[in-house]
Formats: sequence, structure tokens, C-alpha cells
Amino acid sequence: METIKADIVIVGGGGAGLRAAIAAAESDTGQSIALVSKVYPMRSHTVAAEGGAAAVTQPQDDLEYHFNDTVAGGDWLCEQDVVEYFVAHAREELVQMEHWGCPWNRKEDGHVNVRAFGGMKIERTWFAADKTGFHMLHTLFQTSIKYPLIKRFDEYFCVDIVVEDGRAQGVVVIEIATGRICFIQARAVVLATGGAARVFRENTNGGIVTGDGMALAYRQGVALRDMEFMQYHPTCMPGTGLLFTEACRGEGGYLINKDGYRFLQDYGLGPPSDEPRNKFMELGPRDRVSQAIWHEKQKGRTIDHPHGQVVHLDMRHLGEKKLRERLPQIYELAEEFMGLDPAHEPIPVLPGAHYTMGGIETDGRTATSLPGLYAVGECASVGIHGANRLGSNSLVELCVFGRVAGDEASSYAKSARNSSTATLEKKADDICNRVRGLVNNANGKERIADIRNEMAKSMEEGCGIYRNAPVMQKTCDKLEELKQRYRSINIEDKSSAWNTEWLLAIELGYLLDVAQAVACSAINRKESRGSHQRLDGYEQRDDQNYLKHTLARYNSEGPPGIEYSKVKITKSEPGIRAYGEAGEKAEAERNKKKGAAHDK
Amino acid sequence: MTSNDKIIEIEVLRYRPEQDEKPFLQSFKVPFTDDQSVLQGVQYIKDYLDGSLSFRWSCRMAICGSCGMMINGVPKLSCKTFLREYYPGKITLEALKHFPIEKDLIIDLSDFINKLESIKPYIIPAAPRTLEQGEYLQTPRQLDRIAQFSSCINCMLCYAACPQYGLKPDYLGPAAITLLHRYNEDNRDAAKAERMQLLNAHEGVWGCTLVGYCSDVCPKDVDPAAAINRNKLNSTMDYFLRFVAPRGGN
Repeated sequence: METIKADIVIVGGGGAGLRAAIAAAESDTGQSIALVSKVYPMRSHTVAAEGGAAAVTQPQDDLEYHFNDTVAGGDWLCEQDVVEYFVAHAREELVQMEHWGCPWNRKEDGHVNVRAFGGMKIERTWFAADKTGFHMLHTLFQTSIKYPLIKRFDEYFCVDIVVEDGRAQGVVVIEIATGRICFIQARAVVLATGGAARVFRENTNGGIVTGDGMALAYRQGVALRDMEFMQYHPTCMPGTGLLFTEACRGEGGYLINKDGYRFLQDYGLGPPSDEPRNKFMELGPRDRVSQAIWHEKQKGRTIDHPHGQVVHLDMRHLGEKKLRERLPQIYELAEEFMGLDPAHEPIPVLPGAHYTMGGIETDGRTATSLPGLYAVGECASVGIHGANRLGSNSLVELCVFGRVAGDEASSYAKSARNSSTATLEKKADDICNRVRGLVNNANGKERIADIRNEMAKSMEEGCGIYRNAPVMQKTCDKLEELKQRYRSINIEDKSSAWNTEWLLAIELGYLLDVAQAVACSAINRKESRGSHQRLDGYEQRDDQNYLKHTLARYNSEGPPGIEYSKVKITKSEPGIRAYGEAGEKAEAERNKKKGAAHDK
Repeated sequence: MTSNDKIIEIEVLRYRPEQDEKPFLQSFKVPFTDDQSVLQGVQYIKDYLDGSLSFRWSCRMAICGSCGMMINGVPKLSCKTFLREYYPGKITLEALKHFPIEKDLIIDLSDFINKLESIKPYIIPAAPRTLEQGEYLQTPRQLDRIAQFSSCINCMLCYAACPQYGLKPDYLGPAAITLLHRYNEDNRDAAKAERMQLLNAHEGVWGCTLVGYCSDVCPKDVDPAAAINRNKLNSTMDYFLRFVAPRGGN
């Protein structure tokens, strides 16, 4: 087996991985950076993010507002010191993206323009039409080409982290085109592998979003934090789950039920107004909007569609010109995939699994509990999203914490020493044999697609928008069963070059482990908070017992161990989480209290 | 609309480098519904008929650029091409033309990646700006000059469509020239002269014989042919200006 030596290895070539690689390359240490990605970097799922990236920009806005929106939006499960760092560094990172060429939309005077987004008090979302993630990803990828220290391993698939002497010291990868397995030795490892929403059936994610880095860190004993918090995006294409950005509503789109009624006013988000109003109605946070759609379905006020019960995203009043300019991709999706013209017809939509709020537990500097191992982006839980992420916070997260991860990995690698290469190679060899064994011994009867489909369906049933113990238990049991059956899967393809069936089997293993962490974390949280909503006697938020992070710890013999850790509160005590008119009242109350406290 | 009563024949050009001397056609019968894409068709084959069939895909929504293939001889993204358009006829799928095949529908695109890297696809400013100075100003009209040309998803359909690339693999080709043009036209950039040297070479813009098929097949309306034509003019100007200006025309 070949050994390749680098100072830092980064797994994942999406926004977070690329930003980390550039930061490390700019660190003046001359360190070599191996950037491993199972797809060409510009294919990474950052590419599909549509709406935008948030940073305090306008004079009437304030870091405090972005902080409050994020912490309340996360139902107070955020690490507040990390959120403070995040909002304070958001703008400079977006300016940096601008200097690197990102084609942000502009105002007439040439400054960057911003749009409204759900749960944000002031318009602060930078955007590049409705392809913001695409433009950010291509900008980062193309900029990374400037740095000779970044050596890319495009279409290399990571199968394990090599841990020796209690430290991460490299990764084992498959060169997909040939099937050759190599060991990339490094003194620091950064995981930037993205989320895991493919564990759900109806989801917005690309096929590559299979929780790889989460599963790898988890199997090495690093906790997965807050995995029960999976975001359902309210407006997805029925059947495929493809995303219609929240910017559709930021630009003024309505959500209506079968009676043409803007139903969000019945769920504490009103009163309605014709023009979009921040934190009201369609600009409520995603968890609340998805929950409202669920309730409409129970009330029989949704619309029959071949792929389920839907509501309508109505943008007819915005007119074709504005839609083509601001939402060209949405227009294309509606026209080409659904055969309808959004300027003249409403778009049928339903909620779909979209984003993994939880992830690999890190501190505010992206370090995991395993020395030498860092995690960043959707695969990580650095602490800014809490129980519900606000739209347009995650693209900024990639930049702010991607940079931190690159800096931290670089300074760690400066002082760390590798164990002897022979010792590490022995470990890597064992991993190599195990991974080859998977394909050689996979002559069972179980079909990969069957296990994957049963998993995704069970996750949707047990861990969807509303949850209860018996159904969650069924999902937990199902996952145990599927993990057993996984041991006797069949891989027909025994070849080496581009054996994508082999890779699908490995990814399925990752998905099952992550799904189990989600389901077991969910059943143990006996309260309702953010995107985790229960209907079995735990309908309320319970700060007494559950103002805590869930930590799921891997157990090779069965379900994970579940532990809890403290939430860092700095300046925002948990309060009433409200939107619309009630939200304004709650905010006035909070300010009054604060004012009174100041007066004392 | 979603009942699975229709069956379509999908013929795939297979090539498994370890066992096949040359590519061969294999036929599959695939049940489908009217809203299903060609990508969903090949996914069905992989899941239920032949696990060894290999192809690239990810986002399913025509933005990641992975899933291009020849569909009945035309380069298309399989995620936004629908099976119903071909039924009751059959569909023939092949790897994108003009590229070496790595396996089945998977091409080797390293030649394009090398070209993309060679054109300096990043902003090279006249004087670097600090973060404290904030963003560069760029008016909506200045943005318009690059917006279309920065929308390329690198899906390679235009290379599969380009007869010149088929004949002369050194030709820089539609997507790379478009990207070069995108950076040259960006008011934040000052490296046009450097890039024009690359473009002036024989493999640069002059490889194009104005067929325009690249723009016809582009799934994102980027119009690479327009970028190439503008650069023929630019390249001519640059050639003559070279005699009067020290670093070429800018």
C-alpha cells in the first residue's frame, strides 16, 4: 500500500474543506495540505445551497440582533460564546469571498445587496441570485487553485481515520478510478464531509450526503452531538424532495392551503401582510413553518398530489421579471421538472429533510475530543445552530469556521509529531484489509437498495416533523435489524476500477450508524424543542431537564450510549420563543426587563 | 401519474476496463412513471438489475454537473431529461463523446481540469484590497457582464458537442474559454494580459470553427459560443496592440 505524506489532510472538498485548505495554505508555515474529496470539489453539495449567507451589513442592523435571532432561532440550544464569535466574523468572511470573485448581487451604487430570510430581524442575507452555494463553491474551488501547497485528491473516498497514540495521524482512502487503497499520513486531520439527510426518504440532499465523516469520527469514540435535530425544509418538490429556496418567501412568496388561505397566521406567525415582514408569516423559522404544514395536513386542508399531501408556494404576484432575475433556478426547476410556470401557477410543495443541525462534537475552535482531529461545516456541531438552524447561517459557517479549522489544524500540525511510519502503516494495512474484505466477502442475499430504502422510510416515520415514543422505538428496532442484515449484503461487482457498488455499501454503513445516533438521541429527549417535537406528553420545552446537548457515543455491540452536556449561556437566558405579533411582544418584554436591569 | 405500468427499454454502452476489450451495448427493461428522469432510470438499473453499472451523479437538480451523458446521441444532463420524452421508443446511453471512458458512463475529465487550472481562474487584482476596506464596488451592469459566464457548472456537455475538441484535444474548449472570459471581464481583475497570452496560442480561441453546438447543448444557458466569439475579437485586438503596448492590450 502506498503511503503519501502531508502535513494536514482535509477530508471533504465542499465549502468548509476548501476554506480550511486555503486558510492552512495561507498560514505561512509552508505546510503541505492534502485535500481529499470523493467527488470533484465543485460537485460537493455546497453547490445546491440557494438562498444566501447572513452577515450584519446594514447600518440599522447590529451583531446583537444576529446573535439574538440565531440563539432564539435555535431554541436556546446554541453555544452562545461560539455564536458571538460567528456573528462577529461573518461579514469579513463574506467580504473575503467578494475579494475572491464571488458574484454577489449588487445595489445600484455597487455595494452588495441583501435580502430577507426566515427568522432574521433585519435583512442581512448576501446572495448570488438563487445559486449562492454554487457561486461560493466555484469561487472557493477556483481560488484554491492559486495555492500550490494544496494537493487535491479528487475522487478519493475516505474509509477510515488512522488513530495511534491517542491522536489522529492520517486517513486511509480509495482512489475511486482504480480501486487502489492508500494511506495519507498527516499530523492533523480535518473532517469537512457535510451532513446526513440522506438517512431520510424525502430529502433535498445530493446522493453524496451520506454522513461519512460523522460515522468515521463516531466510530473512533468522538461523540455526535444533538443529532435528533434534523431540519425539515418547508418547501420541497413532491416526490424528489428537491429544494425551493426560502428566498422564494424572502422575495415575497406566499404559502397557501387548498382554500387559498395563508394558513401560517393560524400558527402564531401572523398577522399577514401583503409585503414580506421579517419574522412574520412566511418569514418564520423553518421548524415552525414545516410544523404548520403538518398540522394543515391533519386538518384536511392540504391538496392531494400523486406524491402526497401538499400546500402551494404562490409567487404569481411577484411577476415573471422579478422571478427570472432573483430566482432563476427556481424558475428552471418548476418549468423543467414540474412542467409549470411559477409566474402563472402556484408550486406544489411539502417539507423534506434538509439539514443536520447536530454533528461531530467540537469546541468553538473546531477541535474534537480526539487530539489532531478537527471537524467543520455540516458534519460538525460547533454549536451555532442549536435545535433549529436559521436559513443563510450555514453558508457563513463554512467560511467562518472553515478558516478557523485551517488555522487550528495548521498550528497543531506545527508542533505535533507523527508516530513511526511503520506503526501507522501497520494500522492502515489492517483498515485496507477490512475494506477489501467487505467487497470480497459480500456474497449474502441482502440488497443494498432494500436496506437503504427501509432505513430511509423508517427514519421518516419515526423521526419526522412530529415524533412519539412507540414509533421512534420502532425505528430504533428497525435500525438494529437493518444493521444485522447489513452484515449479509451482496456486492455483485468484484472489480477494482470505479466499483461504485462497493462505495455504496460503505456509505450505507455510514448512514446506518448515523441514523441510529439520530433515532436514539431523539427517543431520549423527553421534551419538545426546535425541530424535535413530540406528541406523547412531552409537548413543551423543558429547560429544567433538557437545556442540554445530547451526546451519542458509538457502541459496536448495539445502540449508542446517550449522555448530556451543558449548554454555554453567556448573555441570553432562555425565554419565550415567539414570532409574528407575539414575537414582537416578547421582544418588547425582554427589552423592558433589560432596561430595568440597566437602571438598577 | 405515479403508477408503474410503463416499461421503457434503456440500452447502455458498457465498458468495464478489467474485463472488456471494447465497449458493448447492454439492454435493460425499466419500469417508470412520467415524472421520472433518465438518471432515475439508471439508478433503477443499478439498484435492481445490475449493481456493477457505474455513473456519476449527486444533486439531482442540474447544478452539480456530475450526470452528463450521451442520450440518444445528444449530450444532456440525465437528471433533467425525462424518460417519458423517449417512450415508447428506446433510449441509448453512452459516456460523453470526445473523452476517454473510465468505466461505463464515466469519463476521464482530467484534461478539462488541467485546462481549468491553467487559465488562472481567480481574481488577480491590480492592488490587493484589505478586508477592512470592505468590498469592491461592482454595479449591477458590471455584474451583468460576468453573470452568465460565471454560471457554468463544468458538466462537460459542451466538450462532448464540440467537433473541434474531438479533432484537436489541445483546444482549450468552450467551458475553459468561458471561464477565462468571465475573469477577464470582471472589473475586480487586472490579469487580462496574462490570460490573453494563453488565448492567443493556437489551442486557444482560434481552435473554434463557429459551429455553436456548445451553446445549444448548454443546460444552464451560459452560451460559451458568445464568450469564444468575443475573445476572437479580443485576441485580434490583443495581437495588434502588442506592437504598441508593452503587456498586450488591456
